[in-house]
This record gives sequence, C-alpha cells and structure tokens, in this order.
Amino acid sequence: MKIIACIKRVPTTDLEPKIVDGKSLDPTGVAFETSFYDQIAVEAALQVKEQHGGEVTVLTIGPKEAQKELRDALAKGADHAVLLKDDRWMSRDAHSTARTLQQKIQELGADLVLTGRVATDRDNASVGVMLATLLDFACVSDVVELEIDGRGGKARREADSGLESYSFSLPAVITCQKDLNEPRRAGLKGIMAAKKKPLDESDCPESSNQAEVCQLDTPPPRPQGRIVGEGAAAVEALIDALHNEAKVL
Amino acid sequence: MAQIIVFVEHAEGKVRRASLEALGAARAASEEVTAILCGEGAGEVAGKLGTGGAKQAVVLEGAADSPDALAKTIAEVVSERGAKAFLTSATSTGRDIAPRIAAHLDSTIFSECTGFSSAGDSFAIRRPWLAGKLIANLTSKAPVLVATLRRNVFTPFEGKDTAEVVDGPSIGEGKTKLLGIEAVEGGKLDVSEAPIVVSGGRGLKEPGNFELLEKLARAFGNAAVGASRAVVDAGWRPHAEQVGQTGKTVSPQLYVAVGISGAIQHLAGMKTSKVIVAINKDPEAPIFKVADYGIVGDAFEVLPALTEAVARVRAEG
Ligand SMILES: Cc1cc2nc3c(=O)[nH]c(=O)nc-3n(C[C@H](O)[C@H](O)[C@H](O)COP(=O)(O)OP(=O)(O)OC[C@H]3O[C@@H](n4cnc5c(N)ncnc54)[C@H](O)[C@@H]3O)c2cc1C
Ligand SMILES: Nc1ncnc2c1ncn2[C@@H]1O[C@H](COP(=O)(O)O)[C@@H](O)[C@H]1O
Repeated sequence: MKIIACIKRVPTTDLEPKIVDGKSLDPTGVAFETSFYDQIAVEAALQVKEQHGGEVTVLTIGPKEAQKELRDALAKGADHAVLLKDDRWMSRDAHSTARTLQQKIQELGADLVLTGRVATDRDNASVGVMLATLLDFACVSDVVELEIDGRGGKARREADSGLESYSFSLPAVITCQKDLNEPRRAGLKGIMAAKKKPLDESDCPESSNQAEVCQLDTPPPRPQGRIVGEGAAAVEALIDALHNEAKVL
Repeated sequence: MAQIIVFVEHAEGKVRRASLEALGAARAASEEVTAILCGEGAGEVAGKLGTGGAKQAVVLEGAADSPDALAKTIAEVVSERGAKAFLTSATSTGRDIAPRIAAHLDSTIFSECTGFSSAGDSFAIRRPWLAGKLIANLTSKAPVLVATLRRNVFTPFEGKDTAEVVDGPSIGEGKTKLLGIEAVEGGKLDVSEAPIVVSGGRGLKEPGNFELLEKLARAFGNAAVGASRAVVDAGWRPHAEQVGQTGKTVSPQLYVAVGISGAIQHLAGMKTSKVIVAINKDPEAPIFKVADYGIVGDAFEVLPALTEAVARVRAEG
C-alpha cells in the first residue's frame, strides 16, 4: 500500500501574532511546528502501514526549514519525505495548495492519502477534501475511527448530530480529527535512522492565488469586564447583570 | 444581480437555523437567491424557503448518503445556472461538501466566514485566521465564490414570499456511502449551535462533577455543555464538547466558563461569544481578562446557587 501523509509547517498555537504592512503576519520570533492534526495524519499513516504493509511518504509544501518537520516524521517511522520548496507557503490559498499537492501525488502514486482536518494557520479545513476531489479519490473528512480492508475501508466522522459511519473505496483521502489516535514520539533510534532516509527537495511549481488578502486585522479587544463578587453570594449580582444589563437571561 | 446558491439543511419539516442564517447572508448580498436542498421532506420545506429569502428552491432527487455524489450534483447546478456564489453554513455537512464543490468549480474556498458582502459581481469576505487571533479581509478572483459561513454570526431574513420550487437533477452514486449515524444523546444541543454554552475545566476536579454543569444547562433550557481540552484529554468528556483551537469554535449569546484557566488555545474558541461569564477560584486566572462578568469562588459553591437562581428567573418568565 502506498501511503502519503500531507503535513504543514505552521506557527505554534501559543503565538500572539503581529501584523506588518497591514496584510502580513510578522515572522519575527514565530516558532513553527507540524500542524496539530497533521501529527495525527502521520500517526494514522504509520498505523495503516504497520497493519497492512507498504510505504509511508510525508509530503509538504513549505520553506527549506520544513526539513525539520519532515525529519521528525521520518524519525517516527515514515520511509520517505518530499519537500516542495516555497518560501511563501503560508500565503497560498486552499485551491493553490490542493492543486499543487494533487500534481505531486499523481506523480508519486498513492492508495491512501492522510491529511489533517485543518492546518492551524489559515484554518481552511478544506485542502484534504479539495485534494480528494481533484484526484478523483474517495474522501471521508473529520475522521475519528479508521479501518482499512483490501480495496476500501470504513471510517467514522465527527458530525454535528453524532458519529457518521461511511464505507469508502480506495484510493482515498482521509482527513484526520483529533480523536483518531495519539501521535507517538520519535525515539533516539528513529532520530538517528531518519538522518539516512531519503528527503527529496525540489522547487514548488508557481501557482496563483484566487483568494487575495486586502487587509489583516486583530479582533477588537473585548470590553473591560468586572468581577461581580465572591462565592455563592455573588450569584444574585450576576443574575441581575445577565438579566438587566446584558439581557441574555 | 449575481445569483447566489445556498445549500439548505432541514429535519422533520423544519429548516435548520444555521441554513436560515446562510440564506439571510445571501439575501443581504443579492435578491437572486436560490436554495438547493435534498432528502426526505425536501419538497415541502422548499416552498417555505421564500420567507427565508430564497426566490427559487431547487430540490434534488435521491438520497444524500454520499457526500461526493451530492457535491458533484450541486456543482453541476451551480455551473449550469451560472451562479456567482455558492454558500453553506459551516455545519459538519457544509464543511464536508463545500470544498468538494469548490474543487469541481476549480475555485478556492473561503471557510468559516464571519463577513460576506457583495459589490456588483465581486464579493468581500472576512474570516478568522490562526483560530481568530487575526481577521483576514479578502477578495476573490475565483470563477465562483465558494464559502462556508460561521454559525451564530449572520441574521436570518424575514420575508413573506413563497419560493418557486424547481425539480433538480438526481444525485448519483458516489465513492463514499453513509452506513449509519450514531446520534448524540437525545435532545442534546451541539456546542457550536447552542445559544448558551456552559463549559467546565479541570477545576471541576472529577468527571462526575460535570453533573453540576448539566444541571445548570438544564436550568437555562437551551444550553449545551462544553469542555476544556484538559478534561477531554483526561477522558472526562467527549471531544465533540471541546471548545478551543483544537476543538470547536463557538459564539453563543452567553458562554459560562467554570474552572477553566483561559489558556490562549481555549480563548481562541470562545472569545467571540456575546457575553462571557467566568467562575474561577483564582482571581488571577487569564479567563477573567475576557470575561464580562466574573465570580471569584469555588465552583462547588457557586454552581448550585447559580442553577437555582437561573431556574427561578426562568420560571418567573
Ligand atoms: C496544540 C494545542 C492545542 C490546544 N487546544 C486546546 C483547545 O482546543 N481547547 C482547550 O481548552 N485547550 C487547548 N489546549 C490546552 C490549553 O493550553 C490548556 O492546557 C487547557 O485549556 C487547560 O484546561 P483547564 O483550563 O481546564 O485546566 P487548568 O489550566 O488546569 O485550569 C483549571 C482552572 O480551574 C480553576 N479551579 C480549580 N479548582 C477550582 C474550583 N474548585 N472552583 C473554581 N475554579 C477552580 C483553577 O484556578 C484553574 O484556573 C491546547 C494546547 C495545545 C498545545
Ligand atoms: N503546505 C502544505 N503542505 C502539505 N500539506 C498541506 C499544506 N497545507 C495544507 N496541507 C494539508 O491539508 C490539511 C488541511 O489544510 P487546510 O485546508 O489549509 O486547513 C492540512 O492538515 C495538511 O494535511
């Protein structure tokens, strides 16, 4: 089975972002990591390989520095890494990212592609699903349980009304939701082995954006609130405020 | 005027509130709003969509149990009609089909929009980035504007007209098939849809104590129970209840945080709530920085008193 996990290098979730030029994220002092859900995608890829055999390739569009995130996945057990170099990877829209990934995946060949539910920078929550459609692959999104058998599989997705179960055919794209698994950590042996594993690097093909950023804002600060009191005795003051002032009760 | 097509969800003869919001957003941008819907009872619901702002309602034939097949059919209708935009609420179904529709239309997607307006044939979009730490103002050069709209942001339209019901194509077979739904406990509201959310964190000490929050939610009548990641990771609560950057984003009328410290990743998921109440025994807890009203105190003392008071006020009407 040829398995590909798509990962993205994103700012850490504790970032307090600053804006430059009115429409760009100030890169000074920003720390990066593999997007939270992409770590789950890598883990899912490794588990499928462990159960069914095959090879895991990790694929990213990102800057040269994204070698770090790729090496981390190799250290966890992925076999092969592909870096499509683009210093402006974070300014790509969902369409341009999905198109570029589609072309590369067609070239590499895949039975199963795993992506995160969402990359925690632009929050598109779309690239995996778009990619599947562009590839003409089956797709289940927001998956919390996954089972592969021969030519297809079953997946449960987290929906508003509960858990939806789907059957799907291979090849497929699965976008990973938090409950799917608990990502492993790379061990020392893995880290050593990763240094010798293949990491292909090439320039990312140019692709234009359809979504154009006109301006970035920070959300307005919330109005100054107040402590209405201490302990159970403060409940009446709270009720009064909710009823008469905020009018939400 | 640009035609906007809106995907509408319904159950038991009623249109989902989230879909009414999406129709409202479309109607505020254009008078040429077409609803598209499918499933059991779609025919009856369709005619009533005029009051929600739709001029026409296209009813697709066949079961909606394959998202790829549904998306393909919708994309065909969008192309055929030359619509300039396709909108859906960012429900779990909307989030699943919209990127597929965008891909068929060779267009990008704007997810979880909090602002949507039109100027002639172009659209202006606002949407959060970095879990709401930034707001991006965008324009689209896509052939068709495809967007999902965040819930509890847009206002439904209130009209008097009836929509013209049109028979649409039938949904074909897809590569994925819905086998079944394991519904959440009967009558339980989803945190991202509920007008009131009462959330608990590690300050509640143990899973059984969430009963206190359940009681408060019942006293409000229209509240859902939410949770911090710490208690979800500990297995006290299901992930579906997690609020925050790696959980759900909520913007209810009222958000009550109990025993939650207010880490940046939690705040990202609830900071746009209309009114925030925090109950925490630590006066320095960061949650108080975003709260409109705070009570410094022990959750085990405050919660029963609050539940009683809410029940009393609601009974007085
Ligand atoms: C990548 C990443 C993603 C994350 N995503 C999320 C997310 O989506 N959602 C999320 O919530 N977190 C998320 N986190 C975790 C976040 O950083 C915090 O660890 C978490 O929110 C803390 O949960 P808590 O407030 O319940 O617990 P704590 O931080 O332990 O806070 C407990 C609070 O309870 C108070 N307390 C204790 N006893 C009582 C009492 N008897 N009465 C009243 N108050 C009391 C304490 O004063 C304290 O403020 C994420 C972290 C990372 C790294
Ligand atoms: N630059 C990228 N390189 C590789 N994979 C990506 C990239 N951007 C997004 N993805 C994948 O698509 C998923 C969803 O991203 P998004 O739709 O941008 O939120 C991510 O979790 C990744 O798995």
